[in-house]
Amino acid sequence: MPPTDYLDWLRREGRIVVVGASLAGLRGAETLRAEGFGGELTMIGDEPYEPYDRPPLSKAVLLGRAAPHHTELPHRREIDAKWRLGVAATGLDIEARRVRLADGDEVEYDRLLIATGVRARPWPKEDEARLEGVFTLRTRDDAAALLRRLKAGPRRVFVIGAGFTGSEIASACREQGIPVTVAERAGAPLVGALGGVIGAVAAEMHRENGVDLRTGVMVTALEGDPVGRVRAVHLSDESIVEADVVIVSLGATRNTDWLTGSGLGAGPRGIACDAGCRAFDFRGIVTDDIFVAGDVARSPHALFGYQFLSLEHWGNAVAQAEIAAHNMISPSAERRPHLWVPAFWSSQFGVNIKSVGVPPMGEQIMITQGSLAERRFVGVYGHNGRTIAAVSFDNTRWLEFYQREIERGAPFPVEFPTVDRRPEGRVPVDSDFPDPALPTHGPMVTLSGYSPTDQQLVFHPARH
Amino acid sequence: MRLVVDLNRCQGYAQCAFLAPDVFAMHGEESLVYNPQAEQEQRERVARAVAACPVQAITADGLDGCAGGTSDAAH
Repeated sequence: MPPTDYLDWLRREGRIVVVGASLAGLRGAETLRAEGFGGELTMIGDEPYEPYDRPPLSKAVLLGRAAPHHTELPHRREIDAKWRLGVAATGLDIEARRVRLADGDEVEYDRLLIATGVRARPWPKEDEARLEGVFTLRTRDDAAALLRRLKAGPRRVFVIGAGFTGSEIASACREQGIPVTVAERAGAPLVGALGGVIGAVAAEMHRENGVDLRTGVMVTALEGDPVGRVRAVHLSDESIVEADVVIVSLGATRNTDWLTGSGLGAGPRGIACDAGCRAFDFRGIVTDDIFVAGDVARSPHALFGYQFLSLEHWGNAVAQAEIAAHNMISPSAERRPHLWVPAFWSSQFGVNIKSVGVPPMGEQIMITQGSLAERRFVGVYGHNGRTIAAVSFDNTRWLEFYQREIERGAPFPVEFPTVDRRPEGRVPVDSDFPDPALPTHGPMVTLSGYSPTDQQLVFHPARH
Repeated sequence: MRLVVDLNRCQGYAQCAFLAPDVFAMHGEESLVYNPQAEQEQRERVARAVAACPVQAITADGLDGCAGGTSDAAH
């Protein structure tokens, strides 16, 4: 069948399977239908719930403003799908184009979209992780269980890891008057994502809100009582903190185990794909019928030195799913690259934190609006003389401007005068990211891979 | 009815918090907290908030022109 005939057939009566029924999977399915896919659509999800939104779980839900089991995502349109919920995908046969399911079933596809996302990294010592009172927070069931414990009035909550989720949990606890200790291996909260300059501001926010923040320490053991409830946390500085709730907030691991042995280029860092969301096989050859989107994907980004970016960002899941879905049913000339500029938000201690670009690439930072001391500012990150990212604390309206600056490769240090700039922002300072070889709780963006610019390759287009 | 706010897009104009205060609330200077599952009787107010949002960051289903959320989820 000629390629255009095949595409016509695929769009009319092909079978598309989406593995992963969360934000990326849902938005991908909606885009397929919106762009005229009329064939059979199957949605596979390991949780027994239809797609729900996760960001509220560590914010509105813990604050009692939303119910943990009522964050289902609104649908943009009917997707007329066959839903296989509560059954995980356990294997993939690339040759036979088949997904194996945990209940023994197999589902055949003509095109596959993988959006299996990430899961919370568990406490590594299994016997300690099983203690009653030890939680992770990723799913709605996690949130419901944690909320129940918080409502019961714990004596002290201990949060392991001061990334965004850990900080949001600590914030929600403090707002309800619950005593909280937070332990972070790095020198301050959020350093993996935003660097030490901003981390110092985050540390002040924790302490001013009554968090017992311990930095530069690791948790060495969780101690249980005789009936198997957690009762204390042991730290590397030999201190012991009594706590009856422990929340393990050590970042996430990518859900790629089910692809082991499939031949796909999948591993703990995600599934490598091209900018058009097509998955690579383990030989580095791009597939044409398997697409990837969301937290589990790792794709090269032209704006950021063609580095492979893995982004655990809500907006990335939406944008990448839309691109993947479009490309799945489009001829190659009409395919689009996923060139979304990374962006995320967090809300903690009453402060709105937002970012655009890739802060961990920035060696330096300038405070271009406001001041760190006021907790209301914009910080701009620079890399090799270019503006590469920006972060705002309660100053979100500036970010769109800086996004354009990032997109056009504006010079850094920022040379133009800005409104409301204070003396501290006139010169760039070291942004103070920790050595990436020393892991913190796990960053929200991971950079990896190979840049064509490093290889000194020059592409000369033909002249006509 | 279900709703979701694209908080990358949200710039804290707080129009929704004025128009549907039982669903949307400002938390601090510019953070928004909302209930993703609003009561049916909030429908009219949510519709107004969706329309009034200066950056069009709110998606809600069950409003005119949007698909229903539960009808195709057979499980």
